[in-house]
Amino acid sequence: MSRVDLLRISFRFRHVWFRNLITYRRIWRVNFLVPLLEPAFYIAAFGLGFSGLIEEVNYGGRDLAYTEFMAPALVATACMWNAFFETTYASFVRMYYQKTYDGLLATPLSLEEIILAEIVWAATKAAAAVTLMLVVLVPLGFADFPGAFFCIPLAFFGGLAFAAIGMCFTGIIPTIDMFNLPIFLFITPMFLFSGTFFPLSGIPDWARIITFFFPLYHLVELTRFFCIGTMESNLFVNLSYLLVFFIVFGYLALLAMKRRLTQ
Amino acid sequence: MQVIEARQLVKRFGKFTAVNGVSFQVERGEFFGLLGPNGAGKTSAIRMVYGFSPITSGDMAVFGLDIRTDWRRIRSRIGVCQQDNTLDPDLTVEQNLLLFARYFEINRDLARERAEQQLEFFALTNKRNARVMELSGGLARRLQLARALISEPDLLILDEPTTGLDPQSRYQVWDRLFELKKRGLTMLLTTHYMSEAESLCDRLLIMDHGDIVTEGRPRRLITEHTAESVIEIEGPSEELRSYIREHTIRHDDLGQRMIIYTEANGKMEAEIRSRFCMEACLFRPGNLEDVFLRLTGRGLRE
Repeated sequence: MSRVDLLRISFRFRHVWFRNLITYRRIWRVNFLVPLLEPAFYIAAFGLGFSGLIEEVNYGGRDLAYTEFMAPALVATACMWNAFFETTYASFVRMYYQKTYDGLLATPLSLEEIILAEIVWAATKAAAAVTLMLVVLVPLGFADFPGAFFCIPLAFFGGLAFAAIGMCFTGIIPTIDMFNLPIFLFITPMFLFSGTFFPLSGIPDWARIITFFFPLYHLVELTRFFCIGTMESNLFVNLSYLLVFFIVFGYLALLAMKRRLTQ
Repeated sequence: MQVIEARQLVKRFGKFTAVNGVSFQVERGEFFGLLGPNGAGKTSAIRMVYGFSPITSGDMAVFGLDIRTDWRRIRSRIGVCQQDNTLDPDLTVEQNLLLFARYFEINRDLARERAEQQLEFFALTNKRNARVMELSGGLARRLQLARALISEPDLLILDEPTTGLDPQSRYQVWDRLFELKKRGLTMLLTTHYMSEAESLCDRLLIMDHGDIVTEGRPRRLITEHTAESVIEIEGPSEELRSYIREHTIRHDDLGQRMIIYTEANGKMEAEIRSRFCMEACLFRPGNLEDVFLRLTGRGLRE
């Protein structure tokens, strides 16, 4: 009986999304602070600390200052962290400690709608974080105006992919502290090796092939394209990869959560 | 019309059978109780009524609709007060009510109006802006009930609504449930408090190990399985034991205590009173707890 039934999904899922929005607004000061300060910290650290070590980075045929190269990647990583944290820790708390889903399952909502709403909400939160980051990055000249603002819908789109895989982990993980595992074995390596801190042109082919499977790599390429107008890959390949990733892991997330919650 | 009609309901978790072919009906306006020791299958049964748990086999019709296919329509007409606190702790009392109304697609004005009514009905009006995290157990339970009623359901499901409450809060909840009963709301209750079931339920069902043990009106169950009058005697003498055997009186011998079920003001009662009640003797009316313990045994569960 724990089959996923996509026909049980209706537009009603927006009510659960709205529930999360209300809760987010209650602690908006905290929620706003991190995306505003995080890019500033990175840029200060890398700008001050690395500028003496690295002169310029050659990327997509352009010579860029290191901070110029790295800043757009911060937009992508923020999207990843926000979406992934939301459907792992935050969703797990709602599911396990607050019993929110149990309460929702006594209303005319289906489990499929609840899970979809969680994923869409996490993507929304990622887009909100990226919007705030751009408020810092655009005036500082690290992201072009107005092109960089395409990063907002892009963050929503990419956020869906990261939220979906986060939800898969929530569906299978026994206790909340075990999220350390996917974070250190999956998210952190992706954070480091997705062309975020160095261009892929400088690394061996086999490493590049592995990197291609990281959704973050595709998102980093896209944010760089929208922020500084340069990329080393194909826009449509990047977008398609993220879409396929979302569909596959979104379905697996539904399956895992349905198994976990159907009693 | 039957509000709930369960036929040969079975719920299995792997090899474990939680509900083993149970059938029951609940009529409109009825207050129906589902009793049983821990692990008897009450919550499993109740969860199948509102489609939280899928049915392994059998049929479940609510308002004449099939729970397998019409779960959404059924759920939109049911209010559920779950055993666990499922309120949103970060939100206020009022926000909890308004959000829940949203899930039922109740428009905003109507939701406000109903929230107001529920806040008043459950004496929560001056707590409307309190965060749920700050509420005491009793207040939280009242809010959970208020939330279950926000959609003005035709059936209210109450899964141990007074467990863990202090006596004051418990009486307040009972008071509200009596009021709802007067208004003709159909209710399905599970509880461990026999006095609660006895005073609230029109009809009830006792389950154990996934099966129905008995079913009927509380008063009738008491006279049928125990008696109107009960005598408890501490440290029963051998003389008393042989007297009871001789007269084949319905009783439970607990070793240190003897429970005797007799007719109220009958000859037998008078005789036991005069012959055997030298010191520790308790006379009281029979109650549902006697029925429950007789039928499900006195051994510990789990």
